[in-house]
Amino acid sequence: MNQPTPGGAVTSPGGQRRRALTKRLLLLPEISGIVLLVLVTVGFAIVAPAFLSMRSVVNILNIMPELGLVALGTTILIIAGEFDLSVGSVFALVPMVMLWLVNLGVPPAAAMALSLMVGMAIGAANGYITLHFAIPSFITTLGMLFIARSLAVILSNLAPPAFPPGMPVDFLVARIDRVQVSVIWLLVICAIAAVILHRTKIGNWIYATGGAQQAARDMGINTRAVKLSCFAACSLLAGFAGMIQTFRMQAPMASAGDGIELQAIAGAVIGGTALTGGVGSVLGALLGTILLRVIDTGMTTSRVDANWFQLAIGVLTVLSVVVNVVIRGRAARMRA
Amino acid sequence: MSDLPFLRCENLQKWYGGVHALKDVTLEFGRGAEVVGLLGDNGAGKSTLIKILSGAHRPDTGRILIDGTPARIRSPRDSMNLGIETIYQYTAMAPQMSIARNIFIGREPMRFNWLGPLGLLDRKMMNRVALQALRDVDLHLRSADTPVEELSGGERQGVAIARAMHFRSKMLILDEPTNHLSLKETTKVLDYVSALRTQGVSSIFISHNLHHIYPIADRMIVMARGAVVAELNRGDLSIEEVARLIV
Repeated sequence: MNQPTPGGAVTSPGGQRRRALTKRLLLLPEISGIVLLVLVTVGFAIVAPAFLSMRSVVNILNIMPELGLVALGTTILIIAGEFDLSVGSVFALVPMVMLWLVNLGVPPAAAMALSLMVGMAIGAANGYITLHFAIPSFITTLGMLFIARSLAVILSNLAPPAFPPGMPVDFLVARIDRVQVSVIWLLVICAIAAVILHRTKIGNWIYATGGAQQAARDMGINTRAVKLSCFAACSLLAGFAGMIQTFRMQAPMASAGDGIELQAIAGAVIGGTALTGGVGSVLGALLGTILLRVIDTGMTTSRVDANWFQLAIGVLTVLSVVVNVVIRGRAARMRA
Repeated sequence: MSDLPFLRCENLQKWYGGVHALKDVTLEFGRGAEVVGLLGDNGAGKSTLIKILSGAHRPDTGRILIDGTPARIRSPRDSMNLGIETIYQYTAMAPQMSIARNIFIGREPMRFNWLGPLGLLDRKMMNRVALQALRDVDLHLRSADTPVEELSGGERQGVAIARAMHFRSKMLILDEPTNHLSLKETTKVLDYVSALRTQGVSSIFISHNLHHIYPIADRMIVMARGAVVAELNRGDLSIEEVARLIV
């Protein structure tokens, strides 16, 4: 049945459904990330057609996992309502601990597992201190940023940073037809994270905890345990990402991951994660990462001075949030 | 009617720092299905009492008996497990999450339950049951997928009530449920509460608006400065006389 709307136009049920769908789509937090990614890609493709070549696409893919995993962890933690500024330092420290253990004679597999546990423990410590003393995670993890970085430097001075032969690098950085295996790791981990966040009970708790902590607590959710697991997961992912980079470069660097925490936050925000918690998605984290990497590679391909990169990140971060606000404002006013 | 009240609290005391918020409160609720109005000005101790019953706070002294046996209420979860549902003044919901997800926060229906927190949400069932729960409280929404932030204040309260009604077992606590509601929505909430009685569910209705409580309460408890100052049965006093007790 056709019904006149207050505006006077006649709408069919089909049109109504279509509008409702459009509205849902526009209200997606990832919407500005998608729009910007398309625009930037088309832009680079026009300026430098080589940008869309197989080679450059593979390039983008191969450098994605390291930032991608850090951005994923950061996104999960921000959804839960907390921050981690120490991921860049953990990124350097975990592989450093791993190589230090290997140099001490620990078998590589055990050293990898132990060092990842160290990463997780750092996250748990961040979480415990933040939650137990009820202080902002910004402070706790700022402190941890310095502590973990310092430890990474000390370890690298302790044992000369040589990459021991016989490390099982293949399972992280072997290439299958030019594409690095770490890309598959990223996709698999993202798929698992997506199922956990969007389809499981703990995922529901993470959104509830970040979106309305008091409500979550009143409904019987152990919000401390939820946040603590997110801190640990975030740090674990950062350590794993650092390990991938060390394996890729076959050289440990105490300065690795410097500044990646801010890129990860930028990636999360560009992907629609709300800093206030409760909003964000795995897809958004991936989108943000892809966008940053596309700009990175696109600028190189079109021979723009690399120093413009940070400016681009800055503009995009702010722009994505502005675009989101504008689009969502428009969509909210839509009749549907 | 059973002889035993569903809930009895004995000699509850609570201090917040130097403030004696609850002074030796002994009360019974739910002897049969009844609506108890809890009245009092700000700072009378109503909220403190409710927070203890719903598991948000613990009393410093005293004990709580459920069906005559001492019960431990140390968390909201304990309270819910004993059959007490609370509707909070601020409608305890995550605004960005869907209605269905909000209704099942903390009590999600699962597939692969053995996976613990990693078990999968049964989203089909969540949506179906959520819509039914909303219909049960006469709230007709098109989809349970809508984020709660898109609802009006009254609709949100309706969802909170639908949630409590769906999980209710023995007793419903409503903390200022008519705050910020329009006249029409208020009437609806009062109707829900009256209807609870016929469904065999007791309720405690907290309000500082006597005009909301007086018409529907079987009993009224008046608190002031942390203590119970009066317990009245319906019809004991006129509404004006009760009003004088509160101030």
